[in-house]
Amino acid sequence: MEFLNRLLAFLANAIVNIGDWIQGLLVNAGLPDPWPLLIVRAIGAIVVGFFPLIVVIFLIWAYRKISARMQGRLGPNSSGTWAGPWGILQTFADAIKMIVKEDIRPQGIDPVPYNLAPVLVVFASVMLWAVIPFGPGGALIGTDLNIGIFYILAFSSAALFIFLMAGWSSNNKYATVGAFRAVAQLVGYEIPQLLAILTVVAVAGTMKMQGIIAAQNVIFLVAMPLTAFIFYMATLAEINARPFELLEAESELVCGYFVEYSGMKFGMFYLAEFMNSVAVAAIFTTLFLGGWRGPWVDVAPILGTVWFLMKMGLVILMWMFIQITLPRLRIDQMLNFNWKFLTPLAIINLCVTVLVNKGITEAFPGGAPAWTRAGILLATNVLLVLIVWGFSALGQRRTQRRMMAWEAAQTAELEVGA
Amino acid sequence: MTLVQVLFILFGLIVLAAAVAVVIVRNLFHAALWLMLVFFGMAGIYVLLEAPFFTAAQLFIYMGAIGILIIFAVMLTRGMMRQPMPRANEQWWLAALLAAVLLGVFVYLILRNVTVATAQAVPENTIHLLGLALVNPEGFALPFEVASVLLVMALIGAVTIVRER
Repeated sequence: MEFLNRLLAFLANAIVNIGDWIQGLLVNAGLPDPWPLLIVRAIGAIVVGFFPLIVVIFLIWAYRKISARMQGRLGPNSSGTWAGPWGILQTFADAIKMIVKEDIRPQGIDPVPYNLAPVLVVFASVMLWAVIPFGPGGALIGTDLNIGIFYILAFSSAALFIFLMAGWSSNNKYATVGAFRAVAQLVGYEIPQLLAILTVVAVAGTMKMQGIIAAQNVIFLVAMPLTAFIFYMATLAEINARPFELLEAESELVCGYFVEYSGMKFGMFYLAEFMNSVAVAAIFTTLFLGGWRGPWVDVAPILGTVWFLMKMGLVILMWMFIQITLPRLRIDQMLNFNWKFLTPLAIINLCVTVLVNKGITEAFPGGAPAWTRAGILLATNVLLVLIVWGFSALGQRRTQRRMMAWEAAQTAELEVGA
Repeated sequence: MTLVQVLFILFGLIVLAAAVAVVIVRNLFHAALWLMLVFFGMAGIYVLLEAPFFTAAQLFIYMGAIGILIIFAVMLTRGMMRQPMPRANEQWWLAALLAAVLLGVFVYLILRNVTVATAQAVPENTIHLLGLALVNPEGFALPFEVASVLLVMALIGAVTIVRER
């Protein structure tokens, strides 16, 4: 019984305890002072760095399986192969195939940027994980930077030039045009994403990831559904998911900027894309779903990690459903949606939410109760959606009327001509 | 030598070497990529100065916006794909001389007024202080507002230029 209790106490905070245990071992082994901590930190960094890679292996399998089932196919399976039950080892087989494939170098490429681009694109995706909070406290987050969410924005924005690098160095005009298209899409959708994050930061009052989670006594998905919608739409475009999937568009635009890559170099772009999808799911969980918060976290901190991964899984599942179900937009539709709808909406949403939030803070000098604040913000959001809906309906009717008038004029002209 | 000093020298060397490469490589696209490395190295130096906000801003604005703009401009330059580009004129020695003189003047000015200051402790809540300074009339409220007006003007100008008539 005594042993069981101690085991439970150990498991309740397993990750932190394992870290402490390794550090204790190293201290007992007689290492001088900064080294035990440094080694434990390094192990932690390696674990966090490999986490998205391992998740991606299973995510690709799950994605193929789910999309197959939704389209009435079987997907990866074990019939006649060694792919294991439900084809669970399929991704490993694919990875091995990718790695042993011949490395084809097209003629006239620019070798250094060409070979550097796949490495940098994976590097940029892994760097995002440094500030993702997997659980409560300072031990289950790479580093709780003061600028948390801004760090993520900065890295995903700084990574944009890699696409230009890949496209240009391939010595292929389609790859170059694909790179232009990719940057046009990603730079454009960064704006509503940034504005949505700014709204969250303004309400939470901090850019620290743990601070944003601490501010969500009522999760922000409930308090600010419109902001969540804008952020989600923008991230779908940022991770190149199906309605906005114009970076790759394999069936009509042949892959875009990485068309000249083959083997594992192609695989690294693919990997980075999937890793980004997992990362934005983690970011969405942190910003809008309360991160690791859930019942009994104060008793057993390990549950926080479980909640976090479960919420993240739900967001990923939602991304998959959208990705599998929807067709692709045309590029002009996609850019119009961003510049003429999402960006203005995000600006209005930011102004209104910040004003209302400030009003609530002023109205309750002792600090507003969480549900009051969330309720008022939610009401504002609903009102805003109704107004925007009304305006867009008006605009649509006006366009329709103008079209009809134009048609009538054409007909009249034809009749005069006849 | 402490770890911070080693890193500072490392990042300094990266920045300087990349900056030299920007000027001397013949391929314009490579020059733009070296410029990216300069920006990245500068971000590393900001980290060492314990200025996380400036680090992220450096990555976000210089690499994510200005760098992309420069690469676009380079890629849209006519004849840029033709390798190697012919030199436009033969005055490189004059430019090098001017640059050397300018460097000499700067070094002279710096060495004349050199004082070794001890670094002050970085306050804990730098972002909070920065935010307050930006809206404080005694601080930087006016430049901040002017910059925002300028950006709005640029935004409206861009919309006006591309509008269908």
